[in-house]
Amino acid sequence: MSDCRDEGCQRWQTPAPDATWRDVPRGGVIPRGGNAAEYQTGDWRSARPIHDADLCIQCRLCWVYCPDSSILTNEEGEVIGIDYDHCKGCGICAAECPKEGAMTMIAEEF
Amino acid sequence: MSLAAKSNEIRMALTGNESVAYAMKQINPDVVAAYPITPQTEIVQIFSSYVADGDVDTVFERVESEHSAMSAVVGAAAAGARSMTATSANGLALMWEVVYIAASNRLPIVMPVVNRALSGPINIHCDHSDTMGARDSGWIQLYSENAQEAYDNTLQAVRIAEHPDVELPVMVCQDGFIISHALDNLYTLDDAAVQAFVGQNNPRYSLLDVDHPTTFGPLDLQDWYFEHKRQQAEGMKNALDVIPEIAKEYEGISGRDYGFFEEYRTDDAEAVMMVLGSTAGTAKDVVDAMRSEGKRVGLVKLRVFRPLPVAHLVRALRGKPALAIMDRAESFAASGGPLYKEIRSALYDCEQAPMVSNYIYGLGGRDIRPEDLRQVFEDNLRAAAAGHIEKPVTYLGVRE
Amino acid sequence: MAHILEIRWHGRGGQGAKTAANLLAEAASSAGRFIQAFPEYGPERMGAPVASFNRISTEPIRIRSGVTEPEVVVVLDPTLMRSGDVTSGLKPDGTIVINTEKDPGTIREQMGISGFRIFAVDANRISVETLGRRIPNTPMLGAVIRATGILDYDAFMENMELELKKKFGGRPEIVQGNLEAIRRAYEEVQSE
Repeated sequence: MSDCRDEGCQRWQTPAPDATWRDVPRGGVIPRGGNAAEYQTGDWRSARPIHDADLCIQCRLCWVYCPDSSILTNEEGEVIGIDYDHCKGCGICAAECPKEGAMTMIAEEF
Repeated sequence: MSLAAKSNEIRMALTGNESVAYAMKQINPDVVAAYPITPQTEIVQIFSSYVADGDVDTVFERVESEHSAMSAVVGAAAAGARSMTATSANGLALMWEVVYIAASNRLPIVMPVVNRALSGPINIHCDHSDTMGARDSGWIQLYSENAQEAYDNTLQAVRIAEHPDVELPVMVCQDGFIISHALDNLYTLDDAAVQAFVGQNNPRYSLLDVDHPTTFGPLDLQDWYFEHKRQQAEGMKNALDVIPEIAKEYEGISGRDYGFFEEYRTDDAEAVMMVLGSTAGTAKDVVDAMRSEGKRVGLVKLRVFRPLPVAHLVRALRGKPALAIMDRAESFAASGGPLYKEIRSALYDCEQAPMVSNYIYGLGGRDIRPEDLRQVFEDNLRAAAAGHIEKPVTYLGVRE
Repeated sequence: MAHILEIRWHGRGGQGAKTAANLLAEAASSAGRFIQAFPEYGPERMGAPVASFNRISTEPIRIRSGVTEPEVVVVLDPTLMRSGDVTSGLKPDGTIVINTEKDPGTIREQMGISGFRIFAVDANRISVETLGRRIPNTPMLGAVIRATGILDYDAFMENMELELKKKFGGRPEIVQGNLEAIRRAYEEVQSE
């Protein structure tokens, strides 16, 4: 048989460099949840949001609006920073922030 | 297929549509979603009465179009439900994009198709233009000669589709009106035997398996799409091993023996005819009549068109002097019908390949008479004697 | 190959030509025969001429072509006799069974029919008297059984009772009315 019904397939992630058609899940399904986290969309960013914890009033509008779930919060739900692995730098957080200087966009360096 | 039956089987008189609806009742699928279209309508109408009477546990969805019917069973099958629908002609055409998605998502949907001419001009009667158009959609296709075969193929289709080496949807084809609306004798298994045969669906992935969250139908671009298509092709290839296995098991409970094709009096035949569907019955009568006159003619009735059992066909046809391929569809290639093209191509590398000719017949339900088929055999006996075919493609039964 | 009896039923849309062919086939099937029953499908409308067909044999039937040269023609509505179509293709020694109040000799003379065996029965009157309505298809079954002898009458009636109970189980007066209609037509049908 060509492909697998075993645990290996259930744990399937990005195929190895030498993977063939025999090694990928049948029908193009993704047999595992939450794996979008593995895609580091932070690479796409050309502008970077900077969170200033001292100025932040904890209204959490940035957390509500972020399309990539990239606003990091603590157990109390307070905003504590940015997930730069996934933040694409769209700037919505800064645009929605009601407090001057609490969330600002700066150019990404290279 | 022999007319054998096991002693516990029940002899019935049912139309093709009734026999398929009855098979569906005995299968008791989890989900059926369908939209009515002549000549398929009765299948779903009768099945819906089984639902209303509580004879089945099926979730029955009356959808607003065939596109929705196929979409609903794609969703249901992805959820792990044993799912069925049924259609004909323009209904199949309307579900087109989702037909491909069902196959490429490797969903084991079983769909009886009651063959009807695909418009236009509009026509409700039998030809194979609908399913022949879907021959590259990735579905397995089984063709049935009569109500018995429509019933038997429907039951076997469930097992073929769900087999872990295959995981592909199956169309079970029967000729519109000629089979679907004609009362016919057949033997049916008892409910327990059918349930034991079809068993439990054990899907590889299921949207309802919340412990193993799964995404169906993600974007698949240049990086892996081709690999998934290659896998799909392998599933179809594997079906060449699986279909006979399932047939063998089915023979064990029914006494009826199914191959990729049936060879009828082809030993020593000078002229062999190949057909799909109901015309095979008429052709067998013609073969018997001509054999009794000492004419060496025989018939190959193809049951499995997808996958095409090339190696088996080559073995069966090697050394036969003349082969007439009967197409109940026109491919508009200006060079013959679809079955002709495929079989002729399959024979290209065959040593002692027969001379092959093509007869396009029966479009839009045009009656095919025993004398028409006799003419085909006579043409081919002459060709066999002369060593060449005069006319590669003939329109049989049209006003010339 | 065993002999295959081919029957063509002529009626008007709504008169039950398809049902009659099916009932005959089911009864023959129950009696162990091999059968086919199929209607001619077209643009069906109430009152338009329609046809349906039977094949009955002692061996499995394989042919799937239309019936063009029947041995028996059954005419559910005598007004269909006005067109010559009802005898089209009928075998020279074939049988015509007509629902009419006229006798076979009158029909032969009036229609100028030579050859064939003609049977006549007033199935309209029988159905009105037994069922209260003009539904000639079931009494015509009785006439066909008598005219052709294809099935044993008693066995046929037993099978018909089973089939009618399946269809009209909750309404015994319809089952009994139909059985009575068939019995009377069987007894009243006239030949020349």
